[in-house]
Amino acid sequence: MSAFLGAFILIINMSIFYLVAFLSIVFSLLVIFSKNPVHSVLYLIITFFTFTVHYILLNAQFLAIVNFIVYMGAIMVLFLFVIMLLNLNRDTEPMHSLVIKIIGIIAGGCLALTLIGALKATLSYKVPVVVTKSDLGLVKNLGKVLFNEFLLPFELSSVLLLSAMVGAILLAKKESNAIN
Amino acid sequence: METAFIIEKFILVTAVFAISLLIAMYSTYAERKVAAFLQDRVGPNRAGPFGLLQPLADGAKMFFKEEIIPAQASKILFIVGPSLAMLTACMGSAVIPWGQDLEIAGKKISLQVTDINVGLLYIFGVVSLGVFGVMIGGWASNNKYSLMGAIRAASQNISYEIAMGLSIIALLMVTGTLSMKEIAAQQSGFHWNIFYQPLGFLIFLICAFAETNRTPFDLPECETELIGGYHTEYSSMKLGFYLFAEYINMFVSSAVMATLYFGGYNFPFMNDLGFSANVITIIGTVGLFIKIICFIFFFMWVRWTIPRFRYDQLMNLGWKVLIPLAIANIVLTGVVLSLT
Repeated sequence: MSAFLGAFILIINMSIFYLVAFLSIVFSLLVIFSKNPVHSVLYLIITFFTFTVHYILLNAQFLAIVNFIVYMGAIMVLFLFVIMLLNLNRDTEPMHSLVIKIIGIIAGGCLALTLIGALKATLSYKVPVVVTKSDLGLVKNLGKVLFNEFLLPFELSSVLLLSAMVGAILLAKKESNAIN
Repeated sequence: METAFIIEKFILVTAVFAISLLIAMYSTYAERKVAAFLQDRVGPNRAGPFGLLQPLADGAKMFFKEEIIPAQASKILFIVGPSLAMLTACMGSAVIPWGQDLEIAGKKISLQVTDINVGLLYIFGVVSLGVFGVMIGGWASNNKYSLMGAIRAASQNISYEIAMGLSIIALLMVTGTLSMKEIAAQQSGFHWNIFYQPLGFLIFLICAFAETNRTPFDLPECETELIGGYHTEYSSMKLGFYLFAEYINMFVSSAVMATLYFGGYNFPFMNDLGFSANVITIIGTVGLFIKIICFIFFFMWVRWTIPRFRYDQLMNLGWKVLIPLAIANIVLTGVVLSLT
């Protein structure tokens, strides 16, 4: 009975994964292809939501909720705020020159190449990845790992964020002085 | 076992949903009665005894009004806006523990829909999502005033979220857990968090006012400057959804404040009364609802007492007063915790 239930849960899990993965790809394509910038941002929000579902399926609750708060709740609100404030529309959008389009294609191609290369590198691992601790993503375990094994990179990245914040304030202040 | 679990949770979810709607419905009535009381008027008294049927009459009116969608509006997003506002308002109540476990026929029934171990962050996430309904609706209306309202809502929400998050961090240092159930259980008897985090509670309370768009923070719908703010173009039940979502938000944030700072379902001397566990649980749940209703009254009291902020005052309060205070609160909490 329990073996049957386990198999059933596995099947449901896999089908949810495939459904959500499909939705992530569809919505990220819509981000690129929709003409209206506000629609783009809204599709991006849905894409981030599908990522949250992926994290939940991986039992990484903390990562899921942080992704939810930081990306969906904070960064995307700011994105939407800026785009609404500028009120970009299809008719006000400036025409892109051919040079910009070619540069865009080259940059995108480079990114795609890197991603494909990275994916190919993972293929060389013959042994499938086995998660030994399925509750690694819970708050307590994540905190222990972050503050023991990865303390230095963690603190360094926080200093990096702080310097970025100070830099942004400095830049904003300079501008207001120039106006005065 | 599994079926029983699903049925149990289904009943609980339905009950919580129904109670939130009922309380939100009568909050609209209470709002007018409180306003009338504070301004020495009578208030609604025509529909039913003491005007008790007024919310039903209002609802019926909303449903029968003509529905107008502006010609140049983005139709789908125009409908998505109020729906999203309503959805996010109802989501927050999922992690609130409404009482201790009930024991019926030897089986423990939890009075909490789900106890995820990041419950506090979940509420914070839902709160931060709430602004999307206002923003999408305001933008989709294709009206300058609505857009201004939407932008104000966004900037206000972002500004006060930071202070709210910082006040939650200080609370977290005291409780040491993110699970709402454990936070409520820790405050057993009279060990309420308000005694350990008075400043944190004050910051959280102010931010809760700002996040629910209640006066003095209702600049997104400031009628003297923006006509109706983000819902200028809305009519019929879509407008009703926006107005109703505000009352559900108020109910949920009252429940969160009662759970986080005022002991949740705990009440003084609960372990010395000598009643059976089930009776204590029921008294506790009733107590929680009394706390929630007190908070809702406080929301209304403030609304009809304090005038609206000016926009620069709002930003100054958020960035120059609340955030430094919240950081000072974290430092203070850390010092006290390391000394004791």
